[in-house]
Amino acid sequence: MATTAADLSDLGLTKPLLSVSGVTLQYKTRDHQVTATYRVGFEVYPSERYVILGPSGCGKSTLLKAVGGYITPTEGTIRLGGAIVRQPGADRMMVFQEFDQLMPWKTVKQNVKFPLISSGTLRGDAAEERALAYIEKVNLTKFADNYPHTLSGGMKQRVAIARAMAMEPAILLMDEPFAALDALTRRKMQDELLELWDETRFTMIFVTHSIVEALRVGSRILLLSPHPGQVKAELNSIERDAPDREEAIRTLESRIHEMLFADKVEAEGAHG
Amino acid sequence: MADTLLTTRRPERSGSPIDAAKFGIVEKPLSGWENVWNQTWLRKLLILIGLALIWEIYGRVTNNQLILPPFSDTIVAFFASIADGELPVRVWASIKILSLGYAMGVVLAGVLTTLAITTRFGNDLLETLTSMFNPLPAIALLPLALLWFGLKPMSLAIVLIHSVLWPVALNTHSGFVAVSTTLRMVGRNYGLRGIGYVALILIPAAFPSILAGLKIGWAFAWRTLIAAELVFGVTTGGGGLGWFIVQNKNVLNIPYVFAGLFTVILIGLFVENVIFRTIEQRTIRRWGMAS
Repeated sequence: MATTAADLSDLGLTKPLLSVSGVTLQYKTRDHQVTATYRVGFEVYPSERYVILGPSGCGKSTLLKAVGGYITPTEGTIRLGGAIVRQPGADRMMVFQEFDQLMPWKTVKQNVKFPLISSGTLRGDAAEERALAYIEKVNLTKFADNYPHTLSGGMKQRVAIARAMAMEPAILLMDEPFAALDALTRRKMQDELLELWDETRFTMIFVTHSIVEALRVGSRILLLSPHPGQVKAELNSIERDAPDREEAIRTLESRIHEMLFADKVEAEGAHG
Repeated sequence: MADTLLTTRRPERSGSPIDAAKFGIVEKPLSGWENVWNQTWLRKLLILIGLALIWEIYGRVTNNQLILPPFSDTIVAFFASIADGELPVRVWASIKILSLGYAMGVVLAGVLTTLAITTRFGNDLLETLTSMFNPLPAIALLPLALLWFGLKPMSLAIVLIHSVLWPVALNTHSGFVAVSTTLRMVGRNYGLRGIGYVALILIPAAFPSILAGLKIGWAFAWRTLIAAELVFGVTTGGGGLGWFIVQNKNVLNIPYVFAGLFTVILIGLFVENVIFRTIEQRTIRRWGMAS
């Protein structure tokens, strides 16, 4: 599919929405100062499905939390639409891996409405309408009045996604949202997420440690090396309507695998 | 090799599942007796009836009104003093002072824990105060309270506040601390901070521990109040349920003493099994947060 300049500006792909430059993140444990990422830089353009991929210990979750405003970089800056990110805010809605991100004392509908009301985005009927619309998008209309403890893991994650999307944030931050799900549900959720993207073209950063998930969900993939996290590569994923997609995905998958695996061999060699 | 043996030994097969709608829910019904015996309240009622019977028989056998009047006499005395209006007046006096002390204790606990969760100084303050005062029985404060505030309801209120404040504060605080990191991050994601954050995220998330604290606080307060009235009532003449017990003992009206004790138990059971049970059912059970 040939893309023209008009198409690009149609998607808003002309200037970055989020720019992370030279970001070093450190946190303290009881007796160590740990460097999670070292001088990481990347840019996310509007409507991109930007995946941060890396093995455990590459600081990908920490990086996402820094974008979320929960951690202040030791050096470097994070800018969203030109403004420096300093604290958490409803323009960057997060979806977490844990099922307990839903408020157990609120029904599905109340959970989705809560950020709309508490952030002052919408009130009354407008909030109700918006919440129900997004609950319908994730196919949970029948369960709108259920409490979270009566839902399955996949349904809980769908509520969390609906809740984040209902805010229509500038960027959606997903921290391994499907990692705690079983393989079948996980696959289904990935497809549903892509369907949602086709409808609304939201911008998201999606953190995962699964190469397959990164290739399936992402449009662009940032590969981080571990201990501390540094940019290893930034790749384009395979278009969903590409001919021989399965074949291309397999090739790219093994390429990424090699990049991560090469690291391991070197590290093992250094230890031995 | 071994796999070939395993995979060729038995033929494959396929079933043809039918729609669940065609056969409905498959379940084994319980027999009538099992249903009846599964009712907790019924089993407990049987225990109570048994105890009352033993009491009645023992009271009749010993036949000494001054030591143990039978159950039936106690019940008669109970209804008689309700009818002449004395018992309700005494109960009302106790409940009034109890609610006052309880409410003040809970409010103070709320202030202390909010301070403790938002500032480090507040945290140190709460920890020091609770470790100092929690082991101190409330009733031990009564002499001091009487000295400072005189024979006024305020003295009782101080003792009650002391008995409620520390357990509620301790439980609420440990509940706040145990709120999951994810839920905290969710709250901050929406830009909530300060009082809004405490009220909309921390309090509901910590509600199981808060409720446990409220229950413990209630139990302490109720026992403390009755004990305090046994002392306090003697000196003022007009008191609550505790005073009702002492007064009747002084005139050797023993069935009325038992009626007073019976009322203390009834109110305790009512608050624990009706009020707190209802709150629990409407909140943490409904939310699936009950442990």
